[in-house]
Amino acid sequence: MEFMKPGAFKDNASNALADENLRSAMAMLNAGMIPNRQGAVDRLPEFEKLSQRGRELKDHVLGNLDFYLERFERNCKAAGGHVHWCSTAEDACQAILKICRSVDAKTVTKGKSMVAEEIHLNQFLEKHGIEPVETDLGEYIIQLAGEPPSHIIGPAIHKTKDQVSDLFLKHHAKLGRTVRQTEPPALVNEAREILRQKYFDADVGITGANYLIAETGSSIIVTNEGNGDLTQTLPKIHIVITSLEKVVPTLEDATTFLRILARSATGQDFSAYTTISTGPRREGDVDGPEEYHVILLDNGRSAMLGGEVNDMLRCIRCGACMNHCPVYQSVGGHTYGTVYVGPMGAVLSPALLGVSETKHLPCASTLCGRCEEVCPVSIPLPKLLRQWRARAFEAGDTPNLERWGLWIWAFFARRPWLYGAAARLAMRGLAWLGRDNGRLRNLWFAGGWTDGRDLPAPEGQTFQERWRKRDRRVS
Amino acid sequence: MSGRDAILGAIRQSLGRPELSTEAKRGLNEHITKHHANLIPGRAKGDRAQLLKRFQDMAEGVSCTVEIVADETAVPAAVADYLRGNNLPTAVTLAPDPWLSGLDWAGQSLLETKTGAAGIDDMVSVTPAFAGVAETGTLVALSGAAHPTTLNFVPDYHVVALRTSQIVGAYEEVWDRLRKAYKQGRGFTMPRTVNMITGPSRTADIALTIELGAHGPRSLHIVLIDDEKEQA
Repeated sequence: MEFMKPGAFKDNASNALADENLRSAMAMLNAGMIPNRQGAVDRLPEFEKLSQRGRELKDHVLGNLDFYLERFERNCKAAGGHVHWCSTAEDACQAILKICRSVDAKTVTKGKSMVAEEIHLNQFLEKHGIEPVETDLGEYIIQLAGEPPSHIIGPAIHKTKDQVSDLFLKHHAKLGRTVRQTEPPALVNEAREILRQKYFDADVGITGANYLIAETGSSIIVTNEGNGDLTQTLPKIHIVITSLEKVVPTLEDATTFLRILARSATGQDFSAYTTISTGPRREGDVDGPEEYHVILLDNGRSAMLGGEVNDMLRCIRCGACMNHCPVYQSVGGHTYGTVYVGPMGAVLSPALLGVSETKHLPCASTLCGRCEEVCPVSIPLPKLLRQWRARAFEAGDTPNLERWGLWIWAFFARRPWLYGAAARLAMRGLAWLGRDNGRLRNLWFAGGWTDGRDLPAPEGQTFQERWRKRDRRVS
Repeated sequence: MSGRDAILGAIRQSLGRPELSTEAKRGLNEHITKHHANLIPGRAKGDRAQLLKRFQDMAEGVSCTVEIVADETAVPAAVADYLRGNNLPTAVTLAPDPWLSGLDWAGQSLLETKTGAAGIDDMVSVTPAFAGVAETGTLVALSGAAHPTTLNFVPDYHVVALRTSQIVGAYEEVWDRLRKAYKQGRGFTMPRTVNMITGPSRTADIALTIELGAHGPRSLHIVLIDDEKEQA
């Protein structure tokens, strides 16, 4: 499947809304993720205070990022690890390729990593004759489907059970699995059995990192399946691919984030596996990797520091913002056409890819504010989305029709008497148009809106008129 | 310019300052060396009986099974009974830990035991753990010559023998114990791997249905040795 492009957001959205499979998959997301998170938050009375502390810690780290990264590097090296500083996606891919070639790697197993998605590592490795094998079940499913992830923690969340059944039959039949499994336990087991040998055969295992600890030079992964641990324990080399802002000062500080991450992400009190890795295997160890490498990727993050989107660097990639976003819930992740999706993606992608390329994404929001409410590190996502809209406008990326509309609106808004008069005229006109049943079936200037629903007709007075009539009292 | 210098330079430029002064670095260094705990939730606190109960409740809440035995000599029989009772394989790989492998396994004629790292065909592992955390029913296992990490992930069924005195309230208490056990000069060196294990392997990647045994163990059984009776 050709990668969808962020520039085609509007077409992608129309297609997504007509996709029955997607609608049924997304309905499950709504029914599950939102109450699960709320339950976990309710079970921990200190959740808000922990969130607040997490936010402070991230701000503290970002203000001293150079210090903590240098300290991380020092302690990682002291434990026998290697640190590779990579300014760009290309640098990171090349560094990984070099490590793979040092052991003449044929296959590489991979745990789930959004940074690996960001640098399009799989395509790069394939181009250079190395087979990447995704081992997270969701990532494995979309690798078979040839699709990018549609959610940062549930990459195959857009797939229904039936679609997974078809996909497994299509790809596993050549491995002798010719029975189409239809129930989740059998499907999970089939993937487990097929991937088992791959862990043992791989030359290199690549994982991401949720956190790096400056104090100990360690990386942390948080998973539920155990695939990340098999990936990093069995091959000769463990490569951690991660980005600058993941560093935290101490084990205790990492612990504070661990207490809010799973609760925000999946609604679990704690994920099944939280693993802290420090350097390669030690003397006397009978398992574990012989080499441990950390790829530290910048790719635009240092430029975000201290600027308008600085707060986005606090993101801990829990996915709560997209789970609660009415736009994401309706159109799914692929519509965004970027690796990072939903509200966090609509803020991060313009910073990583440029605002011209991604100008539709900050507009794909009603600014309802639910994303900010559930963000465990209080990223002001609606404010940042508005900032990107302003930047797109300044850069001349806004379509002419929209610019004229804004110009006309601004003309009236600056002249309150004229605005009032125009609004009165419009309200009376719309009320007259909808006089029969109080609804408007279609409006020539808002067809996109009325195609899918009726507009309730105004009752004939403007808000300001009614406000004056009530003597400006709320109740 | 190397990637390292370019990145550190770009960070400093964005922050609008040069490299931190020695004094500023000293302050940050203190944050690291003092490593104060942040907020510890109330659920991680309580008397011994409360913490032990919370550990068991939380572990069972994430699909672990827990059995309490009176002393360590009862462990091999408890493992044998568990495997037989659940119709599981009886070939067991033990962690090469002197305490664990020193228990009387030969007395269990049903079990066939060996020690070492886990191979692809190993179905059952029995390991000790460094600690248990009541807060979320989490086991903490440290890698080392006597504690291969593969035993925690490769076999289908994982049994952990834990003493009640190893159970603490909060994760932070584990870090304190870890720093003492792995002290080196003025600092400490982390073990290669610290595994915090909360229940068996699980996934919700197919239609958001939770399934156990995605890639790691399908079940996690905790044999809890009550070694605090005298104090109580």
